[in-house]
Amino acid sequence: MSEDDEPGRPQPPDPGSKKTRNCAAVHPSPHPDRVLEIVLEHVLQFLTARRDRNAASLVCKSWYRTEALTRSHVFIGNCYSVSPSRVTARFPRVRSVAIKGRPRFADFNLMPLNWGAHFGPWVATMGKAYPWLERVYLKRMSLTDRDLCLLGDSFVGFKELELVCCDGFGTGGLAAIASKCSQLRVLDLSDTEVMNDGVDWISCFPEGETCLESLIFDYVECPINFEALESLVARSPALKKLRLNREVSLGQLYRLMVRAPQLTHLGTGAFGPSEAQGASDQEYDYASAFSACKSLVCLSGFREIVPEYLPAIYPVCANLVSLNLSHANINVEQLKPIICQCRKLQVLWVLDSVCDEGLKAVAAACPDLRELRVFPFDPQEDAEGPVSEVGLQAISEGCPKLESILYFCQRMTNAAVIAMSKNCPDLVVFRLCIMGRHQPDYVTREPMDEGFGAIVMNCKKLTRLATSGLMTDRAFAYIGKYGKLVRTLSVAFAGDSDTGLKYVLEGCHNLQKLEIRDSPFGDAALLSGLHHYYNMRFLWMSSCHLSRQGCREVARALPRLVVELLSYEGNEKMDDGAVDVLYMYRSLDGPRNDTSESVTIL
Amino acid sequence: MDFQGDANLKATELRLGLPGTLNEPAKQSPPSKSSKRASLEIYDESSSKKRETSSSDVDDRDSTAPPTKAQIVGWPPIRSYRKNTLQPKKHDADALGTFIKVSMDGAPYLRKIDLKQYKSYPELLKALEIMFNFSIGDCSERDYYMGSEYAPTYEDKDGDWMLVGDVPWNMFISSCKRLRIMRGQEARGLTCL
Repeated sequence: MSEDDEPGRPQPPDPGSKKTRNCAAVHPSPHPDRVLEIVLEHVLQFLTARRDRNAASLVCKSWYRTEALTRSHVFIGNCYSVSPSRVTARFPRVRSVAIKGRPRFADFNLMPLNWGAHFGPWVATMGKAYPWLERVYLKRMSLTDRDLCLLGDSFVGFKELELVCCDGFGTGGLAAIASKCSQLRVLDLSDTEVMNDGVDWISCFPEGETCLESLIFDYVECPINFEALESLVARSPALKKLRLNREVSLGQLYRLMVRAPQLTHLGTGAFGPSEAQGASDQEYDYASAFSACKSLVCLSGFREIVPEYLPAIYPVCANLVSLNLSHANINVEQLKPIICQCRKLQVLWVLDSVCDEGLKAVAAACPDLRELRVFPFDPQEDAEGPVSEVGLQAISEGCPKLESILYFCQRMTNAAVIAMSKNCPDLVVFRLCIMGRHQPDYVTREPMDEGFGAIVMNCKKLTRLATSGLMTDRAFAYIGKYGKLVRTLSVAFAGDSDTGLKYVLEGCHNLQKLEIRDSPFGDAALLSGLHHYYNMRFLWMSSCHLSRQGCREVARALPRLVVELLSYEGNEKMDDGAVDVLYMYRSLDGPRNDTSESVTIL
Repeated sequence: MDFQGDANLKATELRLGLPGTLNEPAKQSPPSKSSKRASLEIYDESSSKKRETSSSDVDDRDSTAPPTKAQIVGWPPIRSYRKNTLQPKKHDADALGTFIKVSMDGAPYLRKIDLKQYKSYPELLKALEIMFNFSIGDCSERDYYMGSEYAPTYEDKDGDWMLVGDVPWNMFISSCKRLRIMRGQEARGLTCL
């Protein structure tokens, strides 16, 4: 779930594989120089981490060449940082590709529509260069139905398609994948928008047994052909992960579960009776279906929950490692009986409807918790706040192994944040969203500087930080001074002056991704980061105090940086040169040529 | 709907809160159609007003906050599918009645009413008049709330603030999420549409 996770690193090939035997056969008595390269090839095949491979490729030309030949998984963090042809030219034997497109703030409507990040050019180039491609992972990219058809046609042995937060295609594209990719093991559409073209894609999977191991379509908002789905599940003996969309009712879930007791990951769909069937819905023994799933470790869904049915999941609670109740509007009394049975839980996503009391129950029951996300039921600035500093404090006391937290609330105190920084030293990701803008400490009325300062000071492993509430430049001084490992920083409605951003750009040597909105940082601050921008994946600044002049200076100083200015609908290019959005990133292949009208590249 | 002509009147308007703490709505607003612009600005005023009336010790920083450029867009940072799926289910509403919050500008606390209790707009408005002890006048088809300094507005499913009375009653009760009775200059602005 974290952005920094290397998605599905492939295993190193086993030494007895065809590849090595071929090398020996083709060169029976190799030239001495070639011996070293052959040995290096064998050795480098065991290197999977991309940072290690990047380091190896810098040793010398021979190592560069050999590393390029042996890289089977390529990760491209920004789709515009390099052209598809450059990638295929350098790495000829790729089996798996991961590409990320839009920056994260695009998820919150801060980016003009049709900005870019098209998969088309990639599939066209890779289709010719990588006939043996098996896996594609895309995040925040736009694909068309045609792209998916081309994918199915180009890659004979295609096995895994993972689309996270993508859009642009419809059920027709899915049908193409289902019908053309006979070796398909993974079809994962997490958080991806699929247009409802009315095509029954579930029925397009081939007859007979499938290789499907993972079928994830929980946020696909199209009705599906249930009979076809039931048949598909029944003929997929390897199916381990199944996450259903909310069109699937509780009764239908039962029928699927009894056909797939081997599931390890289940997304339950609606978890309520369908409105169409209503009272005539047969009352199944749901608890027995859950009992039968002895391997279930990850449970999610509950999209339209009827809480009376929750006790059905009791049989699996003891083994659960991950539980996502973030769509279930349940209160503390409904949560308690479940959570107190989840002793092994490491990942929990909930709605704030469980209140501080619910979080106290979590703290008491789940000592092994590594990741917690608390989402707001009512995501507005002036809504009632059922969770507060009380919940955060309780979690920090009960869950000392916490590594990642995302917490939405209406009020917070520095004391609670400081307590978390001390009680949870393993924190890698700390994202606090106090929903009222510029909200100070609820009790002392002071800025939240000391809280965030304590987090960067005490959590020595911290790599990702998202701030909120009232923050002065002092908070950024702390972040610059202590946040040496921070790679991703999100700032909104914070800071007093340019000095704040300067602290960060000068201090955070490992900063890769910086996203800032509505903060008073201007050209002087922007120019103070020139020494670092080539090391970053991107910088996003929207509704700050930047001018075209300042951005132009950056573009002139750093020729390999692509400096994009985006303007919002209705804002004509203003004479005073104020900038709506600055989005800039390094690129080996210069500015892109697929921009829309709202984009200007300096 | 241009409020800039009312700037002077605003300065002398009597209300709770420190003078100079009302953030003026700015000219631009990020990706939103122009028809929604007015409602974004209204919402802005409502949220900043609420902060003034609800906490007496308003931090001085509020008055020096950066100009409000319709920052409601994309804040809080929740993905749209999370907002959509949290609509109350129809059968829940049937079971529990449709209780919604009602706020009135200047009133120290909010009230809750059950929309199902009422069969028409006049009934609802009468009940609100009694609850908050004010007068809204007649709601006739052409002259909405003329002569009143109050305007009843509601927030619909999309998060937009609308004037009460435009749509058929049944459509209204199924899409209304909360009510706000505006008063003062903005209310007059609405009633002069």
